[in-house]
Amino acid sequence: MKQLIIGLALAISCFSYSQNCNYTFLGELKDFHDKSAIASATIFIKQKDKYIVSDLDGKFKIEDLCSGTITLTITHVGCETKTVSYKIDNDTFKTIYLEHHLEELKEVVVNSNLKTEHTSIEQAINKQVLENYTDKSLGDALNTISGVSSLNTGSTIVKPMIHGLHSSRLLIVNNNVRLFDQEWGDEHAPNIDVNSSNSITVVKGANTLKYGSDAIGGLILIKPRNYAAVDSLFGSSILSLNSNGRGGIINSEIVKTFKSGFYSRIQASYKQFGDFKAPEYYLTNSGLKNINASANIGYRSFEKGFDAYYSVVNNEFAILQSSHIGNVNDLVAAINSREPRVIEDFSYNIDYPKQNILHHLAKIEAYKRFKKLGKLSVQYDMQINRRKEFDLRRGDLADTPVIDLRLFTNSLQSNLRIDYIDNLKIDTGVLVRYQQNDAVSGTGVSPLIPDFDKYEASVYMIGNYGLNDSSDINAGIRYDYSRIEAEKRYNLTDWNETYNYDELFPEFETNTIENSNILTRPEFSFHNISANLGYSKQLKGNMSIYVNYGLATRVPNPSELFSDGLHHSAARIETGLLTLNKETAHKFAASLERNNPGFGFSISPYFKHIKDYIQLIPIGITTTIRGAFPVWEYNQTNAQIYGIDIDVNKKITNRFGYKGSLSLLKGENLSEDIPLIHMPSTNFTNSISYNNEELNDLSISLIHKTVLQQNRYPDYNFYTFDPILQEDVYVDISSTPPAYSLFSFNSSLSFKAFKKGTLKLEFNIENIFNTQYNEYLNRLRYFSDELGRNFNLKIKINY
Amino acid sequence: MKNIKSLKTIKLLALLFISTLVSVSCSSDDDDDDHDHEEELITTVTYELTNGTDVVTLEFQDLDGEGGANGTYTISGPLTANTTYSGTIELLNETENPADNITLEVEDEGDEHEFFYTSTVSGISVSKDDMDEDGNPIGIETTLVTGDAGTGSLTIVLKHEPTKPNNGTSADAGGSTDLEVSFSISVQ
Repeated sequence: MKQLIIGLALAISCFSYSQNCNYTFLGELKDFHDKSAIASATIFIKQKDKYIVSDLDGKFKIEDLCSGTITLTITHVGCETKTVSYKIDNDTFKTIYLEHHLEELKEVVVNSNLKTEHTSIEQAINKQVLENYTDKSLGDALNTISGVSSLNTGSTIVKPMIHGLHSSRLLIVNNNVRLFDQEWGDEHAPNIDVNSSNSITVVKGANTLKYGSDAIGGLILIKPRNYAAVDSLFGSSILSLNSNGRGGIINSEIVKTFKSGFYSRIQASYKQFGDFKAPEYYLTNSGLKNINASANIGYRSFEKGFDAYYSVVNNEFAILQSSHIGNVNDLVAAINSREPRVIEDFSYNIDYPKQNILHHLAKIEAYKRFKKLGKLSVQYDMQINRRKEFDLRRGDLADTPVIDLRLFTNSLQSNLRIDYIDNLKIDTGVLVRYQQNDAVSGTGVSPLIPDFDKYEASVYMIGNYGLNDSSDINAGIRYDYSRIEAEKRYNLTDWNETYNYDELFPEFETNTIENSNILTRPEFSFHNISANLGYSKQLKGNMSIYVNYGLATRVPNPSELFSDGLHHSAARIETGLLTLNKETAHKFAASLERNNPGFGFSISPYFKHIKDYIQLIPIGITTTIRGAFPVWEYNQTNAQIYGIDIDVNKKITNRFGYKGSLSLLKGENLSEDIPLIHMPSTNFTNSISYNNEELNDLSISLIHKTVLQQNRYPDYNFYTFDPILQEDVYVDISSTPPAYSLFSFNSSLSFKAFKKGTLKLEFNIENIFNTQYNEYLNRLRYFSDELGRNFNLKIKINY
Repeated sequence: MKNIKSLKTIKLLALLFISTLVSVSCSSDDDDDDHDHEEELITTVTYELTNGTDVVTLEFQDLDGEGGANGTYTISGPLTANTTYSGTIELLNETENPADNITLEVEDEGDEHEFFYTSTVSGISVSKDDMDEDGNPIGIETTLVTGDAGTGSLTIVLKHEPTKPNNGTSADAGGSTDLEVSFSISVQ
């Protein structure tokens, strides 16, 4: 406004003294979407150095123009600034379209209140929180959200879990690309570098159709940052050092943005840890080494834009040496012993067993807006995932992986957002995907997951209708077709007798039989329908209420269909079944939220009924040359999972604040009337923080977390004969570890550094009291305790 | 001015760091299309006990490996009471042609392996006659002495990465079990 007055004042004091200067320019400003008039926009006339304002009909008039070029810069509250030029050689009338949707300009603001959809039940973590987890994994960062837990293999392989569901029941979408990285394995953590993202949103409700039909657990959206169109070069670096594991991370990011709308960004991190330490001993062979990098380049304007993104994640995880066991009697020995069988001094060596995963992700996306319609975006993405797992082996095979899989995924998708009607927004799109798994030869073992080709095609439509100012209704439907064509060798006895496949699937057989193995070509096609319905209402006093229903269907994944082999750390043989059907889930979720920094909360109950829930359970014992092994097989039951997530934040004084959360969950196997395996137990957190902006933004917080013992678990314990002791021994694989409480301390200070930069120092302590504990959801809980105390120092520089 | 300079240096260093990592993290994949045999598998264990012309063979065979059909035990006959036998164990992978002799691999990595023999028949004792490079027993070559007549089992365990030396029991040796077979034997 001030500028306007100055501009007007300047304009009045100006004299025009050109010769042919009596043309008139009539302009009209309209909204791009619905063509409504834009009133009170400021128009700066460059040639006249003059400001004018559009009237109620969006019109404006410039008189006494000379022939030549006229350049107008139009600004309006909530609009993208637009500059246009016209040639003037006569009286002229022009309609100029402006964009007044603020959400397209969510540049710098990190706003956790901005939902992906109006009716969505979700929670987000912003960059600041992510930076605290710079040297941890995605699963660790997500663990801070109520209702989200993780299934771990040791301390570094962390698989996120939403409401007790994980692996193929969660969709992980990184930069609008659905992650495909052999997520079906329990010990396969998602290959995401938390440092490459700006915010992460966990959608617990039903608003997931745009990304897939199978989000029975939920959706994890990893989002990059949008940049403002200004000429700027900035970056940040983080160095984090830890006492436990004697390692840390260095991460750097540099961004260059241009006024024209172009931007480019590059980021890389290097992380290394040696053997971690439980309170009483080193966890021999538990370190890791990661190299991650990502880059993107793009152009954004209101009407069109593109983004090209590439990221590479190279992870090497050591797996606790003591977890490699030969048979059930070794497992019994591990369960009965209080300590791991191998305890050595600290080392940075990553020895066998270990995992080595290389994940490439590349995408290119482009969009264009059409008047009186909306925004069309088209995206192609490609991923290559190479997973090598090394075990303790004999002789020449010592350095050869036991698992070597390469998964190649290609997707082409489009989305059309129709948003020209004021209250109605429609997203509709199609997707085609081709996936190829290659069980790379040379491992010297028959592959756990066979070679396969998978084809997918989907179409969806989601509509959001604003009933009135305070309430929205959302509905969507999606159809998915998928076809899987595999090639696998089956043991002839298994094929003909154990599973009776020769009668069930004679069409899969080929005539090739060698070494008592039959070559088969299983082929499956699936048709899936999924849907969602959502309602949201804003109430008085910053309160809002959300109700969601979702129908989700999931096709059995390759591991559930085909896996066949020995799992060393579990001392069991895992067998997939070709007879598995798809899972169908009905999800109901609701949420009552109060969004207020003084006192806010969210109370979110949910209920899920899953028909033909696929689970892995023990079915018997087989005798091998290594002794007895339990056989675990995938089967299907009906299941239900329900619970409630509660979050509270309260400002105690200006400087002291409290935050708390509670997650309660029950999972039931309805067919057998027993609890479901691996369900998170009740847990709650409390934190008290102190903030003083005047004192270098000093922040101190004390955090407490308690995880109660899971008393509801299925009893899959069994007896096995120990030929040395000449007696049956009890194998207690089901009992759950006792409750535990952990305390941690965080503190940080910020300083001004360089010209515009900041320097932030952090000092943190995890597990302050060096508490010895075990977690039910850690697959290696039989072999060692969880991590002990850790001191962490972080230095962050923004420049 | 100094600040601006150091800012530039930091940006330059960061860029250098990033580009190094990017170039390091790219690697190549290669592949061919053959399928894999079970190269590591042990299908057959043969423990041969000899005293002159008195030869007793204990064999366990599971040709299709873990899963599939269960393995089979073959015992050629009873052992003679109060007799000293010299024993030799042989591990084969018979899915390969010719069969792969796994005993040789175990012998090569003698310091990382050890056989353990236990019997419920009273009077049977087994001593190990071979040594690894550190002078600890391996247990491929053994001497088995029988006592009075009786029946029971003879269990053979092969441990990978055991504690060596140990007190002679597989429990004390720890490690992971590569082999665990239990023969029903009789001494007459």
